[in-house]
Amino acid sequence: MAKITMIEAINRAHAWEMTHDPDVVVLGEDIGINGGVFRATAGLQEQFGKDRVQDTPLAEGMIAGMAIGMATQGLKPVAEIQFMGFIYPALDQIANHMARLRNRTRGRLTCPIVMRMPHGGGIHAPEHHSESLEAILAHHAGLRVVCPSSPARAYGLLLAAIREPDPVIFLEPARLYRLVKQEVADDGQALPLDVCYRLREGSDVTMITWGAMVTETLRAADTLESEGVSCEVLDLATLSPIDHDTILESVVKTGRLVIVHEAPRNCGIGAEIAATVAERGLYDLHAPIKRVTGYDTIMPLARLEYDYIPNAARIMDAVRETFAE
Amino acid sequence: MKTVAEFEIKYCQFLDAAGNLAAGAPPLASDTGELLKMYRFMTLVRLFDTKAVNLQRTGKLGTYASCLGHEATHVGAAAAMQADDVLIPVYREFGSQIWRGVKMSTILTFWGGDERGSDYTAARQDFPMCVPIASQILHGAGVAMAMKIRGEKRCSLTLIGDGGTSEGAFYEGINLAGARALPAVFVIVNNGWAISVPIEQQTATKTLAQKAIAAGIPGVQVDGNDVIAVRHIVSEATARARRGEGPTLIEALTYRLGDHTTADDATRYRDHNEVKDAWGKEPLPRLRAYLTKLRVWDDAREEALKAECAREVEAAVDEYLSAPKPSTDEMFDYLFANPPKDLAEQRETARRYAGSHAKPGSGGH
Repeated sequence: MAKITMIEAINRAHAWEMTHDPDVVVLGEDIGINGGVFRATAGLQEQFGKDRVQDTPLAEGMIAGMAIGMATQGLKPVAEIQFMGFIYPALDQIANHMARLRNRTRGRLTCPIVMRMPHGGGIHAPEHHSESLEAILAHHAGLRVVCPSSPARAYGLLLAAIREPDPVIFLEPARLYRLVKQEVADDGQALPLDVCYRLREGSDVTMITWGAMVTETLRAADTLESEGVSCEVLDLATLSPIDHDTILESVVKTGRLVIVHEAPRNCGIGAEIAATVAERGLYDLHAPIKRVTGYDTIMPLARLEYDYIPNAARIMDAVRETFAE
Repeated sequence: MKTVAEFEIKYCQFLDAAGNLAAGAPPLASDTGELLKMYRFMTLVRLFDTKAVNLQRTGKLGTYASCLGHEATHVGAAAAMQADDVLIPVYREFGSQIWRGVKMSTILTFWGGDERGSDYTAARQDFPMCVPIASQILHGAGVAMAMKIRGEKRCSLTLIGDGGTSEGAFYEGINLAGARALPAVFVIVNNGWAISVPIEQQTATKTLAQKAIAAGIPGVQVDGNDVIAVRHIVSEATARARRGEGPTLIEALTYRLGDHTTADDATRYRDHNEVKDAWGKEPLPRLRAYLTKLRVWDDAREEALKAECAREVEAAVDEYLSAPKPSTDEMFDYLFANPPKDLAEQRETARRYAGSHAKPGSGGH
């Protein structure tokens, strides 16, 4: 089995589903002949034609809105927003219509749509190209928000997202697109949504994270292990709805929780996880919950971005603090 | 400098305010069966609208957006559609919806504060009434894109108000439709007022139809109080769309004879004489006068029609008022096809506390 990158895995998931489901259509800016600015859709227009793989006029709100219209006619649009920082004009359509149409019409009209977009920093991109805005989407009922952290999970979760009868915001950590290669069977097997993935078993501390921060967290866990700290690492994977049961189960076992995310701390998804653990599992904790997050600042431009993004050093210190007397 | 592009905007009217028919009117003008059918629906909608406002005033309906004066535009546009075309309406186009088979009781259910009011028993692919201004334009384009991809001989018809043409989504939608030659028709219902802001303050353009020029599509203006002209112009556009010849933007000139909604008081910002003049051009009397001239209408038939429509409206009101309050489960049960497990707990909480709130307006501090 060939080893592939996350971007290749995303490309193959598109191709698999388009081959097996004629209702799947792909939309976005520069996604046709150019194959997308990251090449996620490379070769798809050649293979499936210009009707099913469409370069759209340049308007993000329009992309989301047209996807809604198409979905109500039985198509399954997979739409790319070029960078997450450009999602704002599409929020009206996503929040007011995509997330609500099933509910508004008592199930008469639905939106089986995937909105894909690069997420987060670390690729020395220009301004507005490195944002982590999952919290503003997770706050809306009617949406799923998913973020893979490896080629295999990108493949399986994207297939699941396309097959889901409701809208899914699919966040692709740009930093991981080409970082590692992994063996991924191109077999059309989806991975389950709405569940955490346990990447490492441990007994002393639960570390929960997602996207590009999974790499940093695993790195921290390796070093901590050599110091005698047994780390359990969970990949949240579906950021909304959160799989609280798995997190709580792990916290009951370890008694410590460190949450890591690249997005700003204030009203971040880490706050929701911490609050739920406090509500349901406070007496299982041996130490206060720690959050390691992006700062509550504007995402800086490239020269400071690695000073903004949480790294293994910050994560390790946070874990060590949970052992402080 | 040389001229590189030139444009003109045509205006269409067949039936003037007095009910005189212009020369060159289409065959529709002598199709008494269709004219009577449209007159019947316009009358029904007028009575429905009056009743709905009364229901709101007596506390039996929530805030309601009256369609008084828009009957010809709404009925004429819907009459230009096939059953399998898709209507994407705003929140005021009851004439279009009722023509397409949406029940009056369902419309009342929506304005009575119940999502079941968007679960239509007919025209089930039609969109629900859109509240965020102009956002529906993109749905119309998207529906048309799906029809085009599948090579279907259908079209979408999207309605939008004059204020909506100031929104970015309006331009994005007509631009997309033009760029991809989509089977989409866009009808601007220009009633002169976006709540308190008159059309002169929305735009410097002489017409709204000419906004089509920026999208590279045909734009035409029609007397929105002349149902013959509206149906004729919209029919040409829907037929053109279904033939694969692309979208059309139509501006229907009408007037909002009522307030924006029952929560609004238009006397705060609108000149009484302007409204009085508009009543002189409203759509129903001119069609009635024309039908009378054709000798297919008289006072007796008018009275019979009004009585029949009133009975129909009363039956709809009874059906609306007799529907039980939705259960709290309704908040949860249509969010997802595959609901997340944590939602079940909140559903139980809502059940447990259902009806336990203090009476609105009581207490305070």
